[in-house]
Amino acid sequence: MKRSIVFGLPFIVLFIAAGAFRPLRAQNSNATLIQNATILTITHGTIEHGSILIQDGKIAAVGTASEVKAPPDAAVIDATGQYVMPGIVDCHSHIAVDGSVNEGSVSVSSMARIPDVLNPEDPDIYRDLAGGVTTANILHGSANPIGGQTVVIKLRWGKPASKLPFQGALPGIKFALGENPKRTNFQPPPGVPPRYPATRLGVEGVIRQAFIEAREYKRQWDDYNARKAAGEQNLIPPRRDEKLEPLVEVLEGKRYVHAHCYRADEILMLIRVANEFGFKVRTFQHVLEGYKIAPEILASGAGASTFSDWWAYKMEAFDAIPYNAALMTERGVVVSINSDDAEEARHLNQEAAKSMKYGGLSPNDALKLVTINPAIQLGIDKRVGSIDVGKDADLAIFNRDPLSVYAVVQKTLIDGQVYFDRQRDIAQRASLEKEKQALLDKEKQASEEKKSDAEKAGKKPDKKKKPKSAAVAADAVAGGAR
Amino acid sequence: MKIHRSRCRLPLIVAALCIAGLVGWTHATRGEGGEPRYFAITNARIVPVSGPVIESGAVVIAKGLIQAVGTNVTIPPQAWVIDGKGLTVYPGLIDAGTNLALPREESSEPASSGGRGARRRAEPPGEISMGPEDRPGTTPWRVAANELIPGDKRIAAWRNAGFTTALTTPAGGIFPGQGSVIDLEGDRPGDMVVKAAATLPISLKPVDGWFSFPDSLMGAIAYVRQVFDDTRWYAESEPIYDSNSTKFERLRYDRTERAIGAALKRNELVLIPANNSIQILRALRLSDEWKVSAALYGGQQGYAVADAIAAKKIPVLVSLKWPERPKDADPGGEQTLRELRFRDRAPSAPAAFAKAGVKFAFYSDGLSGPKDILKNARKAIDAGLAPEAALRAFTLDSADILGVGQVMGSIAPGKIANVVITDGDIFSEKTKVKDVFVDGRFFEIHEEAAPEKPGDNKTMHAASVAAMGARVGR
Repeated sequence: MKRSIVFGLPFIVLFIAAGAFRPLRAQNSNATLIQNATILTITHGTIEHGSILIQDGKIAAVGTASEVKAPPDAAVIDATGQYVMPGIVDCHSHIAVDGSVNEGSVSVSSMARIPDVLNPEDPDIYRDLAGGVTTANILHGSANPIGGQTVVIKLRWGKPASKLPFQGALPGIKFALGENPKRTNFQPPPGVPPRYPATRLGVEGVIRQAFIEAREYKRQWDDYNARKAAGEQNLIPPRRDEKLEPLVEVLEGKRYVHAHCYRADEILMLIRVANEFGFKVRTFQHVLEGYKIAPEILASGAGASTFSDWWAYKMEAFDAIPYNAALMTERGVVVSINSDDAEEARHLNQEAAKSMKYGGLSPNDALKLVTINPAIQLGIDKRVGSIDVGKDADLAIFNRDPLSVYAVVQKTLIDGQVYFDRQRDIAQRASLEKEKQALLDKEKQASEEKKSDAEKAGKKPDKKKKPKSAAVAADAVAGGAR
Repeated sequence: MKIHRSRCRLPLIVAALCIAGLVGWTHATRGEGGEPRYFAITNARIVPVSGPVIESGAVVIAKGLIQAVGTNVTIPPQAWVIDGKGLTVYPGLIDAGTNLALPREESSEPASSGGRGARRRAEPPGEISMGPEDRPGTTPWRVAANELIPGDKRIAAWRNAGFTTALTTPAGGIFPGQGSVIDLEGDRPGDMVVKAAATLPISLKPVDGWFSFPDSLMGAIAYVRQVFDDTRWYAESEPIYDSNSTKFERLRYDRTERAIGAALKRNELVLIPANNSIQILRALRLSDEWKVSAALYGGQQGYAVADAIAAKKIPVLVSLKWPERPKDADPGGEQTLRELRFRDRAPSAPAAFAKAGVKFAFYSDGLSGPKDILKNARKAIDAGLAPEAALRAFTLDSADILGVGQVMGSIAPGKIANVVITDGDIFSEKTKVKDVFVDGRFFEIHEEAAPEKPGDNKTMHAASVAAMGARVGR
């Protein structure tokens, strides 16, 4: 994972520590009007001096000022000189997880569920919002050929974990191919045998074995349910298997497969295995050699979610090129750029822009890489990913064209509510700093009082010894009373 | 690791049992002329907890039970009378989470936060678990009551501070074993046990660091879920198998499924760790999903989510080990406002619970001495908790949560005679505990008269008889 200190981080850290952010809500009619903006709709071009009317969390109207009529009591956000784009969708994220993102002990950890461990107070949620991200696909790590269950969330900062999941988004599961699951770059501690598998062949073997078991498990349940439905008595049901149930859901098309992968050969392998068992891979993640086999990926029906320009950080990443996104896009693959990283997630707009330099994508196609395309990949494109009437009002407002390196997010809205407001953030910093200092002073005072109490007690060393002997004495007294 | 551990524990247990046996032998004449069994505390201020305070009344204790309480009670002629003038009588305090009287090599660990990046370095692991079927860190058949060491010095220390009862729980692993409610006196382990199988605690701490399942919080949760699945499957399948054993493959014997199945069948209280608000909300959801009668333990950030807990009617065992800045923390290290707020507000959680209608009890959570327990409870009172509510959390509410409310927790006829006599308000810093009754047995606490040579039994016996003669008349 990459991690670096970025401008403004200390302020944001401070703010996050506060956790005091409460989204604004418009009064009465529940309507908000964003006006005088340059609106990057993604699906139907750019509207200069445009307005967006938000009602009950949805986009009720979008167009020029004269086309959009707002109720008189609508809250107004004036975006003169600013750019509004759909909230960014990050197709590969590991934020907002309590504890490890890997259940790395076993080769198949599909019983582990990210939804069990969502952490709504992870500061990275707020940092993502400050980068215009509104939706993220929270994935288990890549330690296992078949990893844990994944969940798409909206970054509703300040809400409890139960309010984060993107309602209606299909659940997913993480697969991983290559060096991570075969533990190339990891050493077990002394005395611990290395985990199977240790080769790409073994990775394939583990996945096939798991699906053979899942198929058998499904057959057992189908058989049991059929016999029960036929009125047969005294049946012992199959054991519930938390590991195999999500794989049965994959076989039934009820759960998306998001497969971490690098090399062309292993990607083709997984396509073959998926065909053999009759399921589809929804997205290939990272897919650094995807440009070599774009037609095959396209034919498999999978999407590709890749990095902008990140390569050669391990053996299997040596053939990565920054043209990957553009080349796959040209071949018709639905491509997204993901972060895989809490820091990178804060400038996915810039990551998208790199595909204009590398591969010559149009500005709109570049923005698609972080909006409508990941939304398609996650099966939520009817709800988010563009500025269209009827979609969720998930929006990012930038001070400049988001494809510029100078662009800074001013406001981020989810379901029509403002979850990040740069001005409010700046305004709150002083009072949060003051609160923090007051608490630090209070602790310092308490610890000094404690110290002076201890010193007073220390003057009478006998007293410190006494309780112990008194306890023994009382114990003996009790014995005497028996 | 396990083998090593049990090897070194065995001699300890044997030794403890021998000592316990010898002591028990010499004092086997309980109630046969050797030890008084009738007491009356007269002219005392009585705080029964289950009813209004009696400014001056008497409590009669007979054969281990409270026989009468009030302003107009008959004192049995054979009773030892304690003049309670200027003294206050409370129900014995209950510590709802300890490892008292248990072997201590598995020292209790602080509640798991599962914080990101707080991953422990793996020690060379003992057993490597490769999945739920290996039942990692799972010994639910262990019952604290079966492993008690009555000679644990801390028993007297707790009792001297006014604690008559404790929930004591085996530690180590995800299902470490079942907790028992014990009274803090007894010559033999069996004398102490009030309720053997009282709670089924769960820890969600990953078992073995790396390379052994589960090594993550989500893996631990998944594991517990699978264990409950398996337990229910076994409970459902066993009778079907028993009556159709020629039709099915033999059911595999699984000690975990049987022990937990039996616990769930008797509706045993499942303790789920939950200290911060995220953990609390998660635990509420999991207790619903697992369909168990649950209590949370930890509860210190409950001030933020008290209403949600109240809505589920789930009780909370509140740890009195309030969060502190780690002693070895980098003095120049950055502290987040969130941490500072938590440390500042944690003691206000009990007050928030009382206001929201959450039933709660206090537990010491590894605090080294019983003095700290009351001291830390005072912090909760300073943060807005009514002293009456604090007292309930140490007595009747605690007893109710632990399923022993019928027999203890208040001063009422028929309850076990667990009683504390103090020279003032129990939460006042200056107050001293004068006498304690546990199961109707009298313990005089006198901090001032420490003997010259601790451990000299003859001297102390003489001192105690003298003390008793001085304060107890007929």
